[in-house]
Amino acid sequence: MIELSGVTKSFGPNQVLRGIDLRVESNSSMVIIGGSGTGKSVLLKCILGLVHPDKGQILLNDEDVTRAERDAFLARFGMLFQGAALFDSLHVWENVAFRLLRGAQKRPKAEAREIAIEKLRRVGLGPQVADLYPAELSGGMQKRVGLARAIAVDPEIIFFDEPTTGLDPIMAGVINDLIREIVTEMGATAMTITHDMTSVRAIADNVAMLHRGKIRWTGPVSELDTTPDPYVQQFIHGRAEGPIEALR
Amino acid sequence: MSAAAPIAALGRATLGMLAAVGRIALFAGAVVSHIFRPPFYPRELLTALIQIGWLSLPVVGLTAIFTGGALALQIYAGGARFSAEAVVPSIVAIGMTRELGPVLGGLMVAARVASSIAAEIGTMKVTEQIDALVTLSTNPLKYLAVPRVLAATLAVPILVAVGDSIGIAGGWLVGVNRLDFNSATYIKNTIDFLEVWDVGSGLVKGAAFGFIVALMGCYHGMNSGRGAQGVGRATKSAVVAASVLILAANYLLTEVFFTS
Ligand SMILES: Nc1ncnc2c1ncn2[C@@H]1O[C@H](COP(=O)(O)OP(=O)(O)OP(=O)(O)O)[C@@H](O)[C@H]1O
Ligand SMILES: [Mg+2]
Repeated sequence: MIELSGVTKSFGPNQVLRGIDLRVESNSSMVIIGGSGTGKSVLLKCILGLVHPDKGQILLNDEDVTRAERDAFLARFGMLFQGAALFDSLHVWENVAFRLLRGAQKRPKAEAREIAIEKLRRVGLGPQVADLYPAELSGGMQKRVGLARAIAVDPEIIFFDEPTTGLDPIMAGVINDLIREIVTEMGATAMTITHDMTSVRAIADNVAMLHRGKIRWTGPVSELDTTPDPYVQQFIHGRAEGPIEALR
Repeated sequence: MSAAAPIAALGRATLGMLAAVGRIALFAGAVVSHIFRPPFYPRELLTALIQIGWLSLPVVGLTAIFTGGALALQIYAGGARFSAEAVVPSIVAIGMTRELGPVLGGLMVAARVASSIAAEIGTMKVTEQIDALVTLSTNPLKYLAVPRVLAATLAVPILVAVGDSIGIAGGWLVGVNRLDFNSATYIKNTIDFLEVWDVGSGLVKGAAFGFIVALMGCYHGMNSGRGAQGVGRATKSAVVAASVLILAANYLLTEVFFTS
């Protein structure tokens, strides 16, 4: 279980998070929605300790994340970055198998490669891409390699920052199914950021909407359509008119 | 604006500089301490050795051969003023090994390597690759900085040794072909007057300069600002800082080695 209370973060005068309270149950899928630039990516980075919150507390299974032993803590996580963040000096398969080629989870090279190719297959990429460099792939393919890297060692908690942006509708469907499968079959906990309402309905157990640095609304996905909250309604229907101003 | 404003600005600048010196010292300490602690990344070290050492050979060699040749011409012209043309071989050798080999080699490596390290690591920073390393339980300092700093510290002395030899050969070429030295006498004079410490001190300088170059590249890369502009600024700072620090360290080391 991940539990955030009163998390704030500013960059200079720019107050991005203004007191986030959020609970993500283990073995569930939480989807974060919210306008562009509201701090969704920053929120995930705060949990991982890539960005240090100014105030507030983040607990993972009742343990403060800042006190956790760093290596053991990070070994439980997988993260897909919004920009994929692949290492351009390494081949695609070496990116996917990064954890399997060094450190505590090191495996023999042939085995690591086999696992990498299997993970690539699960994100819809054939073995022929394994020996290419990331720069030789399209944006959507890079995104999927990033996804394969995030799930390579079957972590128990996985963060997906916009997993389906830049993908065609069919591929987006494949990725949605994959994320759902990871939660239901492998028992992982997932936090996904997405702007794609089809994805939200396909992936989410629960949804949280971020607005003006706070969690505006959170609840099970089944209540998303029926909630009277005008912010949520404007957002999920993509209306220009409403309480959320277009100029941000 | 009050009369104290310029003083306040000066004070701020001084404090800012002291803070930067402190951060760089801490960074250097962290890098050095990680050199001896596992995990080690031999593949990254090998790549860095090739990038920093092997691929710098042409530029260091070219610099050295022209410098050695010019040095021979200058010393011949200067020596002629008091009929001491015969000192050309030994002064070329001493000048190359003690000063010009390490300093020019170091500066050329600074231009080539500090910039490329800073640009590479800076780009990794702005494209979140450094964050990705952290989430993959890999310490970026250990994975990126340590192999490069270690490789430069090991490779630059070798580059300096090669540069010394090529520079002396440049002097010999000019001496024999343009200044009518006898080839055998030139070589004999070079060897007879050269001491081990002339060469050794230059190699120690080379190691120090290599350390400085890679350290500046890594430090500025890892502290790069956001976007292409941030990377550009980091690259520029890395080259400037490495060059200035090389010249300052050269003076200090010369002071330590040769004044007693
Ligand atoms: N390292 C940083 N330094 C300064 N400001 C930052 C930094 N990271 C994020 N920000 C700022 O924080 C705000 C939120 O950024 P974030 O990337 O979390 O947005 P987001 O909700 O993920 O948006 P999008 O949906 O467009 O990805 C932005 O205004 C951004 O400028
Ligand atoms: Mg984002």
